This record gives sequence, C-alpha cells and structure tokens, in this order.
Amino acid sequence: MIPGTFDYHRPASVEDAVALLARLGEDANILAGGHSLIPLMKTRLASPEHLVDLSGIGNLKGISVKGDEVVIGAMTTQFELISSEDLGRHIPIIAETSRLIADPQIRYKGTFGGNVANGDPGNDMPALMMCLGGIYSVTGPDGSREIAARDFYQGAYFTALEHGEILTAVRIPIPSPDHGYAYEKLKRKVGDYATAAAAVVITMAGGKCTSASIGLTNVSETPLWASDAAALLVGTSLDKASVDAAVAAAEAITQPASDMRGPAEYRTKMAGVMVRRALERAQSRAKG
Amino acid sequence: MAKSHIELTINGKKVEALVEPRTLLIHFLREHQNLTGAHIGCDTGHCGACTVEMDDMSVKSCMTFAVQANGANITTIEGMANPDGTLSALQEGFRMMHGLQCGFCTPGMILRAHRLLKENPAPTEDEIRHGIAGNLCRCTGYVNIVKAIQYAAAKINGTPFQEAAE
Repeated sequence: MIPGTFDYHRPASVEDAVALLARLGEDANILAGGHSLIPLMKTRLASPEHLVDLSGIGNLKGISVKGDEVVIGAMTTQFELISSEDLGRHIPIIAETSRLIADPQIRYKGTFGGNVANGDPGNDMPALMMCLGGIYSVTGPDGSREIAARDFYQGAYFTALEHGEILTAVRIPIPSPDHGYAYEKLKRKVGDYATAAAAVVITMAGGKCTSASIGLTNVSETPLWASDAAALLVGTSLDKASVDAAVAAAEAITQPASDMRGPAEYRTKMAGVMVRRALERAQSRAKG
Repeated sequence: MAKSHIELTINGKKVEALVEPRTLLIHFLREHQNLTGAHIGCDTGHCGACTVEMDDMSVKSCMTFAVQANGANITTIEGMANPDGTLSALQEGFRMMHGLQCGFCTPGMILRAHRLLKENPAPTEDEIRHGIAGNLCRCTGYVNIVKAIQYAAAKINGTPFQEAAE
C-alpha cells in the first residue's frame, strides 16, 4: 500500500510550523510519530497534500519538573515516558499506561502529543490526562493558549484544537507523594486498543479516601472523566457498597459502540470491572 | 511534488538519494538499496517483519517515510553478521535453537531482539516475550525464538546457556 503524493516540510521552530500551517491551509497535516497518520495514508483514508513534520523542532521534546508540575513536550515518545526517572518518581501511572500502548517498536516513534491531540477515543493518554487534570499548551497563528484536558475532547477525532494550532506541551500537576494509582486496560491482544480501560488516582488518610479521580478510555466517542463516580468514593473507606456505587456511576456515563471488541452492554460492564480493579490496585499502593 | 534529498547511513555505509516524500523506508531499503532482508508482511504495522534499527530504536519501516530517516543510522539484517562474516550471537542463536521455520519473520525478530538485548542484556523469559510483542511469527509458536534470544544473551554475556525444561 502506497500513500498518495504530498510535499514534505520539516520546520525548525514552532513559529515556522505555525506559519507553514497557516499558509498551506486545510490541505496540510501535522506529522509527529506518524503511527496513526501513516496507516491512514496508506489506505488513502487520509490524503494530505502537505505534511509538516515536527521532529526537527528540538524544544518540543523532553520531560521536566517545574515546581509542583511535570511538563511533557508534545514530541516526547512513549518510550521516553517509560524510561523517565522524573516521571517514575512523581507520576508513575504515566509509564504504567505507556507500557500498555501498542508494541515496543511503535512506542519508540509514537508521541505523547500525538496520542493526546489526535482525538481518537481508543487512545489511552487522553483519559489519563483527564484523570490527572493535565493542561494542554497550544500555539497557533493568534498566539498561545491553554486548554484543560477535561475540556479538550468534543467528539471522535474532534477536539478543541483549531486547524493551524499545534499542541506543544502538557502540564500535569504532581499528585501527592502518597497517592495510589492504577491504569487497568482490557484488550484482546498486545497492541490492541482498549475494549475498556480505567485510570484511577486516589489519596487515603487514616483509612478514608480523601480524593479520587477516574478516567475512562474507549467507552464513548470521547474519553470520559467520571467525576460523579469519584465523588462517591471520597470520605469512604472504599468499602464494597461505596465501590459498587462508584462502579455503577462510572458505567452510567459510558456510551460505547458495539463493534468487534464486543457489544455495547459488555463494554459498559467491562468499564465497570476496570474501575473496580484499578481502585483495588490504587488502594493497595496508596500510603496513608 | 518535489523530491527530497536524504543522506543516511545504512549498515555503516553512507547513502545519498532523492526520494519522493511518500516513499516508505521499507520500499527505499528493498527497492532503491536492494536490501531485501527486511520484509513486508502485513503492511499495516502489526507484524514487525519490516523491523529495522534506526538510531538506537527498533522501528517498523513500513510505517516510516524514508524522509523521516534523513540523517539516521540504520541497520538491517544485512548488517547483522560479525565484521569477519561469521554469524552474530543472535543469528547463531536462531540457527542453533531452530528459532525459525519459514524464516519470513526472522530478520525483524533478530533486529528487534538486537535492540532488546542492548537495553536489557539479561532479560527474563517474560521480558523477552513482552520485548518481541510487536513481532508476529506464524510458524514456531515462539518457544524456540525465546530460546534463541536466551542463547544469544548468554553468549554475549559469556554465561552458560541452559535450555529450559519443556
């Protein structure tokens, strides 16, 4: 399978990339790792006339701790997320999630920014960023702005990112050092998108849950932030009745498609199972 | 559509070429460079038969444009033998442990295992299986591929290779 023809551009700065996208208009696509876009181009489901490759822009890559936040450059690869000592120390759920994305080869090329900005409901990072309260920094012809992950996703492949804007980095607040976390993903095989998946971050004190956040992957047209479910857990000891109620609240907001990963009812139930398992594992990791 | 000028190193040799931007790295290697060791299996990024080494990464060359490899250092199976022409530890492992039957997946398996052992010189069986999760083999059932990689790890590390009991 051979993609259609296109012109290739490799700007050296975000400003140049934004100017190129403004000049080339809707016929231009951004190329990051390419592992979502290139398969679409090979099957001709996408036929951009121009590709603007962001790999030549050095300052889009990297992970840094700034105060009480971690900042991840958009072109940082999944492999780099897994290998990062800073992330492992402060927000280990990011590496845990990255290990469940695709396969080793794809994780060397696949980027964090591509995963969060593409708007594919099957991608794992968006629900995690909603869970963690990530903030996306984007730059376009009118300058830079920030969009909360929780406000970013509007539909399948439809996000708050305007054409011509580039996601440059994501700021993530560092959870309390004693937090518990887990990303649970049900998939048919290595490399598959989730049948259902759940990201959970909690804190505990004296046997009571003091905060909880839950994100759900691939059980709606967008990733979901299950805020009502999480609120039901705060103040409880994560006893069975409370967890049952939270699982039911999480299941209630899902609207999965029936597809080759199973009928909608099954995927809703699996979302509940993933929430339950993630809560158990997060609780076992939480200190306090 | 303008062609792009690329310069890269393939198996230690400097290569310059003019390529159409849409040329995939696998087609560039196989059709422009006559390096037909890397295979086109599924052509969709699932099977890993097209895996090559690119700047200390294992990449699927059917999902990478040649222009993205501009300036890169690439190794294919044609560059995997020892400088004196004898088999490298991984190649020897696949031969001794019967790590292949039809052989179609083997170049990708060996290139992937090469990077895996660079990053983790003494992997457990579980780490090997996860490490080659992006490479499909339809003949062997993977048992002998895992053994081949364990054989190579032992040889590289100078430790005895003990075949696991069935």
